[in-house]
Amino acid sequence: MIAEYGHVALIIALCLSVAQAIVPMAGSFAGYRTWMRLGHSLALGQLVFVAISFACLTGAFLQDDFSLQYVANNSNTLLPTQFKISAVWGAHEGSLLLWALILAVWSAAVALFSGHLPLVLSSRVLSILGAISVGFGLFILLTSNPFARILPFSPTEGGDLNPLLQDFGLIVHPPMLYMGYVGFSVAFAFAVAALIGGQFDSAWARWARPWINSAWVFLTIGITLGSWWAYYELGWGGWWFWDPVENASLMPWLVGTALVHSISVTEKRGAFRSWTLLLAILAFSLSLLGTFLVRSGVLTSVHAFANDPERGIFILAFLGLVVGSSLLLFALRGPVVQRQQGDAEVVSYSGLSREMMLLLNNVLLVSAMAMILIGTLYPLIADVLELGKISVGPPYFNFFFVPMTLGLMVAMGFAVFSRWKKTDAQMLRQKGMVPFLISLGAALILPLFLAESMSWKAYSITAAITLGASFWVVTMSIEDLWQKLDRGSSKRGSRLKNLTKLPGSYWGMQVAHVGIAVCALGVGLSSVYDVQKDVRMVPGDRVEVAGYEFAFDSLDFVQGPNFGASRGQISAYKNDRLVAVLYPEKRKYEARNQVMTEAALDAGLTRDLYVSLGEPLKGDAWAIRLHVKPFVRCIWLGGLMIGLGGLLSVMDKRYRRRRQSGAKLSAQSAAAEAVTQ
Amino acid sequence: MHPLRKQRLQLVILLVAAAALVVGLVVYMLRENGNFFYTPAQIVSGEAPKSTFLRAGGMVVDGSVVRSDDSLWVQFKITDGVEMLTIEHTGILPDLFAEGEAAIASGKVDENVVLQATQILAKHDEKYTPPEVADAMNEAYKQKEAAKSGGYK
Repeated sequence: MIAEYGHVALIIALCLSVAQAIVPMAGSFAGYRTWMRLGHSLALGQLVFVAISFACLTGAFLQDDFSLQYVANNSNTLLPTQFKISAVWGAHEGSLLLWALILAVWSAAVALFSGHLPLVLSSRVLSILGAISVGFGLFILLTSNPFARILPFSPTEGGDLNPLLQDFGLIVHPPMLYMGYVGFSVAFAFAVAALIGGQFDSAWARWARPWINSAWVFLTIGITLGSWWAYYELGWGGWWFWDPVENASLMPWLVGTALVHSISVTEKRGAFRSWTLLLAILAFSLSLLGTFLVRSGVLTSVHAFANDPERGIFILAFLGLVVGSSLLLFALRGPVVQRQQGDAEVVSYSGLSREMMLLLNNVLLVSAMAMILIGTLYPLIADVLELGKISVGPPYFNFFFVPMTLGLMVAMGFAVFSRWKKTDAQMLRQKGMVPFLISLGAALILPLFLAESMSWKAYSITAAITLGASFWVVTMSIEDLWQKLDRGSSKRGSRLKNLTKLPGSYWGMQVAHVGIAVCALGVGLSSVYDVQKDVRMVPGDRVEVAGYEFAFDSLDFVQGPNFGASRGQISAYKNDRLVAVLYPEKRKYEARNQVMTEAALDAGLTRDLYVSLGEPLKGDAWAIRLHVKPFVRCIWLGGLMIGLGGLLSVMDKRYRRRRQSGAKLSAQSAAAEAVTQ
Repeated sequence: MHPLRKQRLQLVILLVAAAALVVGLVVYMLRENGNFFYTPAQIVSGEAPKSTFLRAGGMVVDGSVVRSDDSLWVQFKITDGVEMLTIEHTGILPDLFAEGEAAIASGKVDENVVLQATQILAKHDEKYTPPEVADAMNEAYKQKEAAKSGGYK
């Protein structure tokens, strides 16, 4: 029965979302305040019913109810409990239910925390979120019902969760990623509501900004976790493959990053208005495109699982409807927003201003997104046009993405220092001199030391460029911070006082920018100094890799809850001193009879040792992959710092004091601005 | 010409030039790095180019996997139901690589019509067959049926 309750709850939630889509919107045009207010209660009601539905599916997993098709395909009595719960979103149907749940959470959050917004705006935002819920609700119920039964002959045992997904990564990565993807629907709803109302100004930007920033934080962390998961779970030490599905998550992130920056210009200076709106629409459209690519199976991808074409067509139609109608609205109403801008103060800025720097940031980020979009969709287009079956390899993506990132980093250093309206070029040159010399020094000298300690013979230009760019970003950030602390007087006490006065958004920017530098350092250095050896080893063999000696001590058989595994013991020595003992496994999951590599790694800030068992060869011999990966941790450390930066910015005081009058708010933001400058 | 117009014209020319450069680069990079997919039949018949990086896919033929005793060298055959293609690779095979299952190999075809693969991909989920392989198998099946019934001249 529990599944039927879930099914019914889902249908009720769909009905509520239909009402949520129609009633507040109609009320906002007719001017009925009760109708508008209804949107808030409907959003909360929808969350309750989607949550019930989700809980019912979880219950079915915990009770091993294999009469449900979805449970029978993705669970097993032997599956450990934590994986039974995460298996709820381990495949198509359940992951869509998670999507619907997260959308309901965001809608409810908007309903709860929008008391300070004009009712017309908040009711329209909720109405648009309701319309998106209708789309997903219909999608789940019509094409991907997780509550479908197999009756009367239901299996007594389930087919088990894909072993690759039986991991901590599955518990945290998809919810985080979805929080980000779906979070952009709030940005989208704000943008569409602004277009409908024709009201789009700094106040709008201040209201929308925390929502956009939070969605972006979740997406950042989601992508970081995904990359980390791929690294240790796929078993072969890669952390980014330019796979279509990875690209699908990177594209909304790039546009989201552009949006996070452009909306700051809209908030502080009233410029870039239509551009900000367009980015908000684009970010959500790309999130939907990502869903389409993952769920339709049109592209060969490591994430592609068995799929149903009907589903792809549904999402494609939904995508077309959302993108088409919002762009049409943008074309019709964009000029109104633009005209409004003309009425306000004239927004002017010169060639060397913070506005220009942020424009450069946006152009680079959006171009990077466009290159990835072309590379990702080209195989699809070529297939449709019968140009042959093509896949676009990583060199294409690296060729465009790497220089653009470096360009961004160079601009980032200057941007931190630049001022609104106009920056004194002389000052920029003066302040940039010391960081420039430090970065140049780091770029020239550090690769020499690294080459030596990594037992890598050649001096690497790539490492030099990476180090130079990263040091540039970090030193410019430090210099800017130092200058801010020095303002006013040179007394010690005032510095400390200035330190506490800096707003959260300033700290957010600094942490996120340094995060980019750390991440870039990880990417650059780990790809240059990475050493990998595939070797054939028998117990007792020793192999040297990049200054480390790996000894294959022994091989045992171990029994897990739902798998059996061959487990190797490999000791790593450096200069004859034992550094780590690693236990890589080759598991065989019984239910699916599927073999999986479980790599073992010894993590460290400056290097990871990474060992995986390949396959058994003749006799006692095994194919073994040995990896020494310098600085690979920095990639995810940087990613987390970027997310933390966004979080600090969301928590900025000026967004929390919601119920203050408009005059107070603007006075406060002017003060914050004065501190930032 | 009016100085403002001249300025605008310069800007437009600059933008057009930049756009042309970008489009040119994208097309060039896509052509350089786009790897075509071929079926074993296409490669064996010589339709696929030699010494160019490409991908081939099909089902791994039962009993065709040969491993070296003292290195990681491995040889196997894949088929689309029409022809068999020999593939050689040095390295570790993916977990779900197995005889009778789908696999995709990327590499270059040498003069003996053997694909020297630098990478072997197997499916990710036991129920999943890469769409290229499924298409190739379907195509081959259709051709076989057509040949049987004498539908083609």
